[in-house]
Amino acid sequence: MNVRRILLSLVLMLYAPVAMAQGFAGLGTAAEGFAVPKPGTVFQFPADHGAHPDYRIEWWYLTANLTGSDGKPYGVQWTLFRSALKPGETDPQIWMGHAALTAQVQHFVAERLARGGIGQAGVSTGVKTQPFLAWIDDWAMTSTVTDNTADTLSKLSLSASGKDFRYDLKLDAKGPIVLQGQGGYSVKSAAGQASNYYSQPFYTVEGTLTLPQGPVSVTGQAWLDREWSSQPLAENQTGWDWFSLHMDSGEKLMGFRLRDGGEGYTSATWIAADGTPTPLPPGALKVTPLNTAKVGERTIPVEWRVDVPSRNFSITTKALNTQSWMATSFPYWEGPINFTGSHSGRGYLEMTGYR
Amino acid sequence: MMWRAGLQALLSHWKRSPLQLAMLLLGLSLATALWSGVQAVNAQARASYDRAAATLGRDRLDQLVAADGNVFSQEVFVDLRRAGWLVSPVLEGDARFGTTRIHLIGIDPLTLPAEAQQVELSSNDDLISFMTPPGVMIVSEATAARLSGLDTPPLRISKDVPADTAIVDISAAQRLLGKPEQVSRLIVAPEQPLSQTPLADVAGTLVRKAPDGEGDLARLTDSFHLNLTAFGMLAFVVGLFIVYSAIGLAFEQRRPVFRTLRSLGFSAKALTGLLLAELLFFALVAGVAGVVLGYGIASLLLPDVAATLRGLYGADVPGVLSLRPSWWAAGVGIAVGGTLVSAAQSLWRVWHMPLLAPAQPRAWARASESALRIQALAALGLFGLTAALAHWGSGLVVGFSVLAAMLMGAALALPVLLAILLSLMQKQARGPLSFWFWADSRQQLPGLSLSLMALLLALAANVGVGTMVSSFRLTFTGWLDQRLAAELYITARTEDEAARLRTWLNPRVEAVLPIWNTEGDVRGQPAQIYGVANHATYRNNWPLLQSVPDVWDRVASGNSAIINEQLYRRDGLKLGDTLTLPGGWQTQIAGIYSDYGNPLAQVMVGVDALSQHYPEVSRLRYGVRLNPAKVPALREDLGRDFDLPPQNMVDQAAIKQTSLDIFEKTFAVTAVLNVLTLGVAGVAMFASLMTLSGMRLPQVAPLWAMGLTRRSLVWLELARTMVLAVLTMVAALPVGIGLAWVLLAIVNVEAFGWRLPMHLFPADWARLGGLSVLAALFAALIPLRRLARLAPTDLLKVFANER
Repeated sequence: MNVRRILLSLVLMLYAPVAMAQGFAGLGTAAEGFAVPKPGTVFQFPADHGAHPDYRIEWWYLTANLTGSDGKPYGVQWTLFRSALKPGETDPQIWMGHAALTAQVQHFVAERLARGGIGQAGVSTGVKTQPFLAWIDDWAMTSTVTDNTADTLSKLSLSASGKDFRYDLKLDAKGPIVLQGQGGYSVKSAAGQASNYYSQPFYTVEGTLTLPQGPVSVTGQAWLDREWSSQPLAENQTGWDWFSLHMDSGEKLMGFRLRDGGEGYTSATWIAADGTPTPLPPGALKVTPLNTAKVGERTIPVEWRVDVPSRNFSITTKALNTQSWMATSFPYWEGPINFTGSHSGRGYLEMTGYR
Repeated sequence: MMWRAGLQALLSHWKRSPLQLAMLLLGLSLATALWSGVQAVNAQARASYDRAAATLGRDRLDQLVAADGNVFSQEVFVDLRRAGWLVSPVLEGDARFGTTRIHLIGIDPLTLPAEAQQVELSSNDDLISFMTPPGVMIVSEATAARLSGLDTPPLRISKDVPADTAIVDISAAQRLLGKPEQVSRLIVAPEQPLSQTPLADVAGTLVRKAPDGEGDLARLTDSFHLNLTAFGMLAFVVGLFIVYSAIGLAFEQRRPVFRTLRSLGFSAKALTGLLLAELLFFALVAGVAGVVLGYGIASLLLPDVAATLRGLYGADVPGVLSLRPSWWAAGVGIAVGGTLVSAAQSLWRVWHMPLLAPAQPRAWARASESALRIQALAALGLFGLTAALAHWGSGLVVGFSVLAAMLMGAALALPVLLAILLSLMQKQARGPLSFWFWADSRQQLPGLSLSLMALLLALAANVGVGTMVSSFRLTFTGWLDQRLAAELYITARTEDEAARLRTWLNPRVEAVLPIWNTEGDVRGQPAQIYGVANHATYRNNWPLLQSVPDVWDRVASGNSAIINEQLYRRDGLKLGDTLTLPGGWQTQIAGIYSDYGNPLAQVMVGVDALSQHYPEVSRLRYGVRLNPAKVPALREDLGRDFDLPPQNMVDQAAIKQTSLDIFEKTFAVTAVLNVLTLGVAGVAMFASLMTLSGMRLPQVAPLWAMGLTRRSLVWLELARTMVLAVLTMVAALPVGIGLAWVLLAIVNVEAFGWRLPMHLFPADWARLGGLSVLAALFAALIPLRRLARLAPTDLLKVFANER
């Protein structure tokens, strides 16, 4: 259905290969009347956990690397996208949910769409009995924090379901919130397109996955990304390769490359085990595809070398399931990975724009 | 070589009698044409119903609707979504733009399942403008033309939207229909998540409805199309009579040729094979011609049919025919099938013909006489069946079965009756010539009986349908006079204007009668609910069929309702029954009124009770009572003071005219088919007479030899044809009246839900009788001319011949 494709392209406008008329017009044009990220903005929590309707797009993006009681590895994705159709009006906003459950040989995907303002989807903060709730239909990311002093996202329950799967997880953050880029201002191109971006990469997880073959109890770790912006990608940017890595040492690495037909634009944040982030300069991260897999008609790089020479970091990633294809209306690859090399651990890889 | 010679010998017959060939082909192609024409019209209409039924996947997907049939809050939708139900909301309703009424379908493009997708929103901008105020109305090209210049949201054209319908975003529909946060139903997506809360726990007031493959339109119009099909079938059967007699004759006349061929060494198998090939070839040619002709007939009928369907049922059927490949196959198929059925007997005879059998038409005729007895029995059986079905059966199909059994019985009985009559006349006859006249007529009867049967069917259909239509027209016109009592009908554009109009009108006219209505489900079917003012207009005029004594007081009090005949008959209700109206309002039935031309159930309640139970009811329409002479002046004043466009002020005469126009159009199709059937019967008659004239030489020659002039022979032949035609016409009368009775008392009740009194129109019959005599006269003309010009040598040759 075309509507979905359009919506996804709206939502992903910032990073999707959509040729927008304004191209490099960038910061000064105020993105057609929408608010634009500015450097030096200080996030206010818990308010900034909620929606920013002045911005064109926004997401709550959670990935989890899990191990089942059966000893097998699993991956879970829960994403809520928000997209504003027009600036200046709180509604109509469009909400989109993506959920996925990945096992070694299975990969389940579901997608939901909703309009804002009627209660079908949204994000609410600041309600005393329910300090944080992000939902679309029966999918929900709910704060279970009871302690007033804790961050409202530090304890969450998470659920989603599709035609043939379901998951119900409890998340507990063992570390602080991490600001990406310069204090949360994350630059996306050499021309200066940027987003507001922070993460909570320190969740431990326990819960239940329901698969066609029955329920499995799981434990593991999860990573939440929060990002909002208004500007599209630069015209020549065709897609991206995005890594979120949990090292066995307790350190984390967020890194992405925006492809532009040439070198691409890379950016990364090194996160110490205590949560202290160190933004790495553009180009500090190098990613090299090693091996590809056929996913339908497409050829997708599913093995990568990831290098951060300044940190003596050099690893090789392997997908848990090379067929982690998000067969949503605007399809992309997203799935759990393992890595070995100078460091070892697991994480998530997202790739868009491969044909 | 031998095959070729054989084929040449067989085909040479047609060269010698081209007229016979023409008859065969004409009969076959006419039959095919009428049949395929009617089928084409039906197929076209059905295709458009299917499209309407498929709107938003209604024919494929389950729906959730309120148990009481009303709109409900969109919160129920949100609750269901949050309980894991993948449903998509729809709000439907009629909105007025100026005076144009548009059916709005509000959808949520975000949750609409792919299976229900109706229109493509193919870009970001499309979607943004569709979902954000003022929204976009997606309409057909014709609807866009009707709406141009009116105050509507921007229009976009799509060929996938039915006429007078607009697809809009649900938020726009809520705004335009004045139903904020309301939805009329939820579409259930075919794929649901692994776990969800039971429906009853989330939305106890909703019920789940299975997909409706047929759709309301198809159901409503079923009877109309069955009507057409029955006519097409009748015409086809009449056409087959021609084919049958033409083939029978051609075979009979070629007996000597068959015999010669067989003697020369042709096997029965080879001969039958050749004849079959010949017939199939003719059938193909005639079939193709018939389909082309049928296309012509269908294109001719379709605009009227489309107008009828629109007027009567609000169904949108394109008036331009689209050619479907399946027709060609069906049309040619039915031509071939018809030919084979008609030729089966003749072919069987050839197959079993003794090698040296003499050609013996008289013996064949005698055999037919003995067959009369069987025919008489069959006719009696069919009449018995007719009576039994009429007495015990019910339903539309039974209605048409009654018709079929009666017509077939009558057709079979006709030759029997004529034979009895003719032999009675023969007994009465004095003098050799008149004795011969009657005896010879009897001898001719078997040869003519098929065409006489065809004529009987056509005449009976004509009498029957004519009587039905005329009875209906008489009743309908009288009913319109009662029903349209108000002199002027006014539609306000807004509620506010309506209120001002009421105040303005009250001192100026005798009465302002609200015509407020709402729609909803009553007894599981869509129904209109009208409010009626407590006024003498209704007490004096409203066409009540049955009522309790103080019906109007009860209606005015709000605890009783009157219902239309359709609802009364369809559901077998009676006075005093309790009726549950949408929203659970219980009323008692206090009266039943006739409501011709309305396919829907209708209920009338007191207007105060209506607005009390349905506060959202539209208050825009009014009937105004005043001195008819003052109507033009009032219209002028209204136009001046309120700037009310002329379409919003319709006087009684105009409505009557529109209603009568729809009525005439409804039966225009029937009339055309009737005339065509009669034409086919005329051709059948002509074919038979042509045939017989060729065979009659041996019978006529001795009379000529005995001294009768050719002139008096011609007169005698003519007199015989006329006697048979008149007798057939006389026999057709009771059959036609029977037919009319079945149509009025059984078929109409089943098809439309109303029963009409039968009126008889002898003047029409006289005209029809004259026409049929004229047709017989024309049919007899060429054969008689031939007889009159027959050279005496030809007559003499008879005696020199083998016979």
